[in-house]
Amino acid sequence: MRLTDDERAILAGERGEAVRRALELQIKVGDFFGADDFVAIDSAHMMAEIESMGEPCLAWVEEMADLGGQAVVPTTSNPRSVDVALWEALGQDERQVELELRLTRALNRLGILTLDTCINYQTVSPPRFGEHVAWGDTGTVIFANAVAGARSNFEGGPVALAAALTGRTARYGYHLPEQRLGTVLVELQEQPAATSDWGALGCWIGRQVSDYWQVPVIAGLEVQPTIDQLKQLGASLASYGSLAMFHLVGVTPEARSVEEAFGGRQPERTLRLELGGLRSVYATFQAERERPDVVAFTAPQLSIVELRDLAGLLNGRSVHQDVRLLVTTNYQNRAAAERLGYAASIEGAGGLLLSGACFYLMTARELAEKHGWRTILTDSAKLANIIPGYGYNPVFRPTEVCVEAAVQGRLPW
Amino acid sequence: MSDEIVLRGHPGIGPRVEGEALVSRHGFSARYDLNRKTGVFSRESHDLYGQSIVGKVLVHTTAKGGVATAWALLDMRAQGTAPLAIIFQLANPIMAQGAALAELPLMDRLDPDPLAVIESGDWLIVDPPAGEVRVRKRQAGG
Repeated sequence: MRLTDDERAILAGERGEAVRRALELQIKVGDFFGADDFVAIDSAHMMAEIESMGEPCLAWVEEMADLGGQAVVPTTSNPRSVDVALWEALGQDERQVELELRLTRALNRLGILTLDTCINYQTVSPPRFGEHVAWGDTGTVIFANAVAGARSNFEGGPVALAAALTGRTARYGYHLPEQRLGTVLVELQEQPAATSDWGALGCWIGRQVSDYWQVPVIAGLEVQPTIDQLKQLGASLASYGSLAMFHLVGVTPEARSVEEAFGGRQPERTLRLELGGLRSVYATFQAERERPDVVAFTAPQLSIVELRDLAGLLNGRSVHQDVRLLVTTNYQNRAAAERLGYAASIEGAGGLLLSGACFYLMTARELAEKHGWRTILTDSAKLANIIPGYGYNPVFRPTEVCVEAAVQGRLPW
Repeated sequence: MSDEIVLRGHPGIGPRVEGEALVSRHGFSARYDLNRKTGVFSRESHDLYGQSIVGKVLVHTTAKGGVATAWALLDMRAQGTAPLAIIFQLANPIMAQGAALAELPLMDRLDPDPLAVIESGDWLIVDPPAGEVRVRKRQAGG
């Protein structure tokens, strides 16, 4: 990579050991992808939680703090593996909480805003069009790229921290204009309606386009999606396809037309979603147990609007005694939900409203073993994709169906 | 050893190693597919379900899923549940980041296509600095 005088000074150790290590790590990644140089970033978002880090990676972060590392751009943290207030109610191990608290202390010393959220673009700030950022958690990246028109690759925890300390990232992938152009055309002959339908659409596309370097262009949309619907679409595309970018013609800012989205190139292939295609996606998830063990509203964390709608469905009702209903959000929305009475509606029905966490990070395998959980029902297509690795049987259904099943203790379909 | 096949590409990440191949036609994610405490594939729909990656050279189509693998490779290395090396047809940034942190050998974009020539049980000499993988086919019947 071509380095500036400033970057050479960092590598020579003139700005301290933490930032030297950070840049060295970034150069390894940049070289692997043939990056020419670095680009300055305006913010970073760091995925850091004990479930995937374990103690070795925690020690690495603590060492970066000991070495004096300091974030030079605003940097937020992703959800964690425990809610420090509710871990006992869920039956988690106290050791996990101790490690997460150690991690929080290290992140705070590094100057990171430990908001523990995967919806920073809804509750902290969306990025600005055209700005370069270094975000991790795939759902945040695809939202930044596709919906906001900012520029980011998937930046996993270690390199997101590195970017926070150096204020830059290697210029490759989605920082380059040509990588952002469409490669696959998706024609809709069925329109998504419910919010979970957008997750189903992301699943349907992502299963067929499973390659980080591909960019689907979705055309033929006759409805205007809400931000929460775009969030579900993005999270699902990123999960099933490992995709970091999409265009929704007439909606997202780099796709005022199909031609603009493809930048004059021809699509490599065309997918057509026929009528009934979304219902078929739901049908690919079949329950092994008639009564779900867990019903989870999570992945991504719920916005205040999603919390309001869920509270409305649960208000005055009771979750079946043999079903565990879990909801995750961030601290900001939790506080708002308490003020607005939504937390009381969810908790009054017997739901557990967790903050600063996300279910699949929450030692899900250990919880399944401890509680005998197997069938999990969710309106998150993303969760349904991830959770089988932890020994669960996932069932993906629309939100209303999930709520009814939680109350009745029985899956209708 | 006359039937040695050489795959070439750009320089990869990590040091030269050699070991036995474990080949999949599916993608790979440490979070989606593995029990990271044992290094065994735990996703029932994965074509390597029930098999251990420990000490193997994983050969996969591409990376799938999210960002967790960027941390998980170092954690697994420390726990002794990591693969020896990973070869992809096409890697994504997360795998490169995870390999760089863990100093675990990673290579991609090789010619000829690794999935066309490598089978599970073949002996591989993975040389990221040289941008080269040497394949010694498993002895027939051996």
